[in-house]
Amino acid sequence: MSKPIKLGPDETFVLNVGPQHPATHGVLRVKMRMDGEYIVDAETVIGYIHRMHEKMGELKTYPQFLMNLSRMDYLGAVGYSHGHILCVEKAAGIEVPERAEYIRVIMVELNRIASHLFWFGAFVMDLGGFSPLMYALQDREHILDMMEKVTGSRLTYCYFRFGGLFNDIDDEFIEAARRFIPRMRKSLDKYDKLVTGNIIFRKRLEGNAYLSKETCRKYGASSAVARGSGINFDVRRNEPYSVYPEFDFDIPVFHECDSLARYNVRMAEIEQSLRIVEQALDKLPDGPIMPKKAPKIIKPPAGDYYQAVETARGSFGVRLVSDGGKTPYRMKLRSPTYSNMHLFDETCKGMLIMDALAFMGSLDLVIPEIDR
Amino acid sequence: MSLTLFNVIGAVIVAIAFVALNAAYLVWAERRGAGRIQRRPGPNINGPLGLLQPPADGLKLMAKQLVIPGGADKVLFVAAPVLCMFPALMSFVTIPFSETIVAHNINVGLLMIFAFAASGSMALLFAGWSSRNKYAMMSAVRSVSQAVAYEIPMLITAITIVMITGSLNLMDIVNQQGPSVLHWNILPIFGESKNLLMPLSFLLFFVCTLAETNRAPFDLGEAESELVAGFHIEYGSMGFGLFFMAEYANIVIGACLTTILFLGGWHPPLPMLSFIPGVVWFLLKVYALIATVIWIRWTFPRTTIYGLLNLSWKILIPFSLFNLLLTAGLLKVF
Repeated sequence: MSKPIKLGPDETFVLNVGPQHPATHGVLRVKMRMDGEYIVDAETVIGYIHRMHEKMGELKTYPQFLMNLSRMDYLGAVGYSHGHILCVEKAAGIEVPERAEYIRVIMVELNRIASHLFWFGAFVMDLGGFSPLMYALQDREHILDMMEKVTGSRLTYCYFRFGGLFNDIDDEFIEAARRFIPRMRKSLDKYDKLVTGNIIFRKRLEGNAYLSKETCRKYGASSAVARGSGINFDVRRNEPYSVYPEFDFDIPVFHECDSLARYNVRMAEIEQSLRIVEQALDKLPDGPIMPKKAPKIIKPPAGDYYQAVETARGSFGVRLVSDGGKTPYRMKLRSPTYSNMHLFDETCKGMLIMDALAFMGSLDLVIPEIDR
Repeated sequence: MSLTLFNVIGAVIVAIAFVALNAAYLVWAERRGAGRIQRRPGPNINGPLGLLQPPADGLKLMAKQLVIPGGADKVLFVAAPVLCMFPALMSFVTIPFSETIVAHNINVGLLMIFAFAASGSMALLFAGWSSRNKYAMMSAVRSVSQAVAYEIPMLITAITIVMITGSLNLMDIVNQQGPSVLHWNILPIFGESKNLLMPLSFLLFFVCTLAETNRAPFDLGEAESELVAGFHIEYGSMGFGLFFMAEYANIVIGACLTTILFLGGWHPPLPMLSFIPGVVWFLLKVYALIATVIWIRWTFPRTTIYGLLNLSWKILIPFSLFNLLLTAGLLKVF
């Protein structure tokens, strides 16, 4: 006889999902109290991959800390560097040439597309369809190849410098980016036919995990999670930064509040990012990519500085408290996934485990970004 | 008497060889097929076209240690993979590959296959229960409710065919579907029933075989993204190998049964093509069905457990009952 599984007083049992579980995509642990297939209660346990990025930010000088940012979120790395660099430039009063800012936006948007593509593949894989991941990775590969030629890396970029960029883009990159845009649009059509229109896919996501506006606001959710619940908030539009005001793009908002709405928002965002890249390539001004007098040592005057940017995962904020020294007094990194993830505990109560894990996929969690 | 015994043993040996070969090379075909669908090569290192991959995998599995988790029911834990493989093997004994190639033709062949198929889900329950793992347990419960839900429409559809033929003998069922494609049960315009709903019935039966063999999009028993691996989560070594082989053996049986019941068995689609031996036609149809199964797996996402049960109880069972009545009526009229 096998030993019986330990049950709670009301015949519930604890199911430990993670830290190594295929659905959590990283080292996230969810302690679920289950009543058969139904979740009675769930508690997300984080901290398995904590690397003290904020503390490191306080111990290292500003240029030394640059490469840490892209290790926060390995899928949308450029966006995080952008937030940090904008914050330090604001604090130290460094002027950025226009061309550099345009190239930054191109890189951030390309990286956003790459991140959304990976999420798309992984999300469909959570639902049991394997092949879309391979197609998405193939499209993502084009972006990585393009960016590798300019930045020198494929995943954890350290491309931005205070005041500009490490390397200028060349005609080859521009040509590749122009070729990529129609190709990606064609792929989006294909995903639409293969996945979005699939009846099993739609049935699983329609009405799955209703997230009201109030819940989203309560937890400080951003990105597609908030925009899928009808909250029209995007840092690029609401607190404009960089050269975003010069582009014509839409903020996709869906009001269904379910997982399908969150999926639709991200897929629509890919199209909007393509539009931004297209316009940025057209408008790209000539000129230097670094200011003539870029400071060698960065010492922002004492003060409290904050900069928010819209990364692929939502509103990312850098708060920098400087005491006038070579290193910041305090470096706080506001991680969007941290807020998005905490919706899970409350919302998944009473859901079936497979619906809950589909919901978790729709939140687009990147665990190293939560733990920092 | 001794001759019959000798026949049966010989038949079982041939069946084992056929199943093992099919299971091994269907894994290869599945991986190559998945590779094609996903625009990547698939296994291509070991041997030409990766054809030596299955023996390599088999050797690896056999060389591994069989770990029995602490607190598990040892007897059931070891017995479950064998119990899973055994019915799959036995079902091959009665399947006719052509007019002459059949291991043992018995009058209740169809009944025997269904009986063994039903005992297969018992093995999954044993495996899930004896592993003492919560994921395995949940998977076992799912598998059983799934098997129960899908056996009913499958049996009703089979009864529809049996009613047309008047026999449970698989040879008779095939013989009645000659000589051309319009006599097959899938669209029996010249057949006995002339039931135009039969294509839907065929689809229904095919869906049921997918669900019965735990294949995508109904692979809820081993849903890797939520139950990790389901009932065989604690199995390694050949224990896992047997489950894996049984899965593919079940697919072959499902495809064979669908071919026999609906696609005219060994009959060529046109009488003038009968110079090609029947066994070629039979295997052609079987592997076409298996290719479809593989294709579906790599294209569709997984259904949910309630979606699956709703499909069976609310759509498939009422439809199969309706079709049974309609066929009975049509047989009376014509």
